[in-house]
Amino acid sequence: MKIRDVFLSISYFLNKVEPLKIFFSKAISITKKYSRRSLPYLFMMPFFAYIMLTWIGPVVITIILSFTKTQWTITNMRFIGLKNFEKIFTRDIFAFDAFKVTALYVSTVIIINAFFSLILAIFTTYFIKNETIASGIRLLWLVPRITPAVIYAVLWRWFVDPDIGMLNRLLSLFGLPAPSDWRLTAPYSQILMILINGYVGASFGMIIYSAAITSIPRELFYAASVDGASDWQIIRRIILPLLKWPVFFVTSWQTLSLLSSYEHILAFWGEAGTARAAEVEVWALYSYTKAFYDDEYGYGAALSVFLVIIGMFFIVIFFKIFGFRRMMQPSRVEV
Amino acid sequence: MNSKSIYRSKIRKYRIKKALTMLFVYSVLLIPLIPILLMLGWLFAQSFSEGPTNTVIPRGFTLENFKFLWARIRFGLSEYPTIWPLVMNSLIIAIATVAFEVPIAALAGYSLSRMEFKGRTETMRLIIALHAFPGVILLIALFYILNRMGLYGKGLLTLLGVALIKAGLSVPMDTWILKGFFDGIPWELEWAALVDGASRFKAWRKVLLPIIAPGISAIAIFSFMSGWGEFLLAYTYVKRKELYPLSVFLYSVLGEFVFVDWGLLAAITLFYIAPILLFYALTQKTLLKLQLVGAVKG
Repeated sequence: MKIRDVFLSISYFLNKVEPLKIFFSKAISITKKYSRRSLPYLFMMPFFAYIMLTWIGPVVITIILSFTKTQWTITNMRFIGLKNFEKIFTRDIFAFDAFKVTALYVSTVIIINAFFSLILAIFTTYFIKNETIASGIRLLWLVPRITPAVIYAVLWRWFVDPDIGMLNRLLSLFGLPAPSDWRLTAPYSQILMILINGYVGASFGMIIYSAAITSIPRELFYAASVDGASDWQIIRRIILPLLKWPVFFVTSWQTLSLLSSYEHILAFWGEAGTARAAEVEVWALYSYTKAFYDDEYGYGAALSVFLVIIGMFFIVIFFKIFGFRRMMQPSRVEV
Repeated sequence: MNSKSIYRSKIRKYRIKKALTMLFVYSVLLIPLIPILLMLGWLFAQSFSEGPTNTVIPRGFTLENFKFLWARIRFGLSEYPTIWPLVMNSLIIAIATVAFEVPIAALAGYSLSRMEFKGRTETMRLIIALHAFPGVILLIALFYILNRMGLYGKGLLTLLGVALIKAGLSVPMDTWILKGFFDGIPWELEWAALVDGASRFKAWRKVLLPIIAPGISAIAIFSFMSGWGEFLLAYTYVKRKELYPLSVFLYSVLGEFVFVDWGLLAAITLFYIAPILLFYALTQKTLLKLQLVGAVKG
């Protein structure tokens, strides 16, 4: 557009000279034609450049780094082939621990994220008829997700603190045993890890499911209950079958994001050694620790390559199963 | 008479059953929320308390904890002259995130919504794929890029680097959301502008952008808040104490667990979370809607 303006202004001053006039009118029509085809790319240019910088580039660099020994500073690279991977599979006990913790973490938190959230959604949409109350409860469930990770960690640190926290007081109120250190002793710290991340993850599924349930025509429920169906039968025979795809979607989506999420664990347990001692060091956190605490960037990258591959695998599944068309509405140019 | 009483008892039975169901429903929905509500209640109570409190009732009442707003802060071994440089650091990250994110997403969203070009469908596929792909596992490679760009360890530039990456990781989704907003505008409006002699760029800037201003501002508020709350990237890439944003500062305070001054900690936390709570109260409807398309990943 800029180029054309320049041409226009020049041609304005020079249009008395006949040959130049012809030349410029031709130039303008060429830029017009050219710009019609290139204009979309001009609009998209910053986006593509940015995507290259923050997504495509890093994926490639992660893979390259994983074949190197990069220690102390990240620019100090030495190509060592597959040695990093060899070490992960044969000599690294921490990697195996991280693998076990990750398996525990994903398989338990996914129950909250994909199935407890289903209960939340059904209860707030089907049973609670008052829309204000329902969305109020949904908003409350969003609080852990909206709260920045560090503040969320501060709140939990107080809540489970053995001296001034409230959790142990509540437990002893009900006559339950109160562990002296929730944060650092193994089974309790793992329960804590599941709870902390479960609260954050529950709202995602809840909102997706709620939208799906609200789109079911209410008449179906009325008709069923006139025919004598109980609430449970309506849920079992009408709502759940219609939610098959959303449940599958949320489950796979959340599995992928759980595999790679460690921000809350890092914020709550802090320094690398603490998370490892408390046995809550998931694979992604282990990769992070290796790179940014031990300054072994190459090895950290090799660990995260596994997650990159899993991520790509999941994306292929998303496209194959859910289909591209179903994931997006038609755009302006298509209607 | 008899049939009437049977009818009544049936109604009563139905009502009891209904009440029990609702009791069950509400307890499943609300009981798990009790810890979260207690924590938030404690936060308010503790920040006005004289000593550490283990309930949601403040112990005494004092504004002493908020002294950090003008006096120097002392936490264990570390000491900060005032809090305002830290607030500035958080603000720089938040504002820069918006500045990187919104214009790029608005341009690309427009182009994807209203222009036919080769690779358009592929680009949209790419956006969906990137949204699903977990960006946080790329932190090591992004660190390499920051280093190569000379944005690491260079004072304030480091904060811009954090914002650059923060924005980059959420640009695909923002583009997607804004494309949705552009899709909602009828062609006729743009045609009118084009017939009047405007270029596509001018039509975008003068006609379409004002119409989707609500969408733009929603995106801007969201990215501002996520920049304000950013922890992981700042913690990873910002190593100098005077460049810490509030999140990293709070985290480092938590690390010094020997001398935890709970009152001060709660007061600073409350100060930090206040803008988020405020925005939260103001934009509930948009919040739920944007959550649906996945504006906040998780």
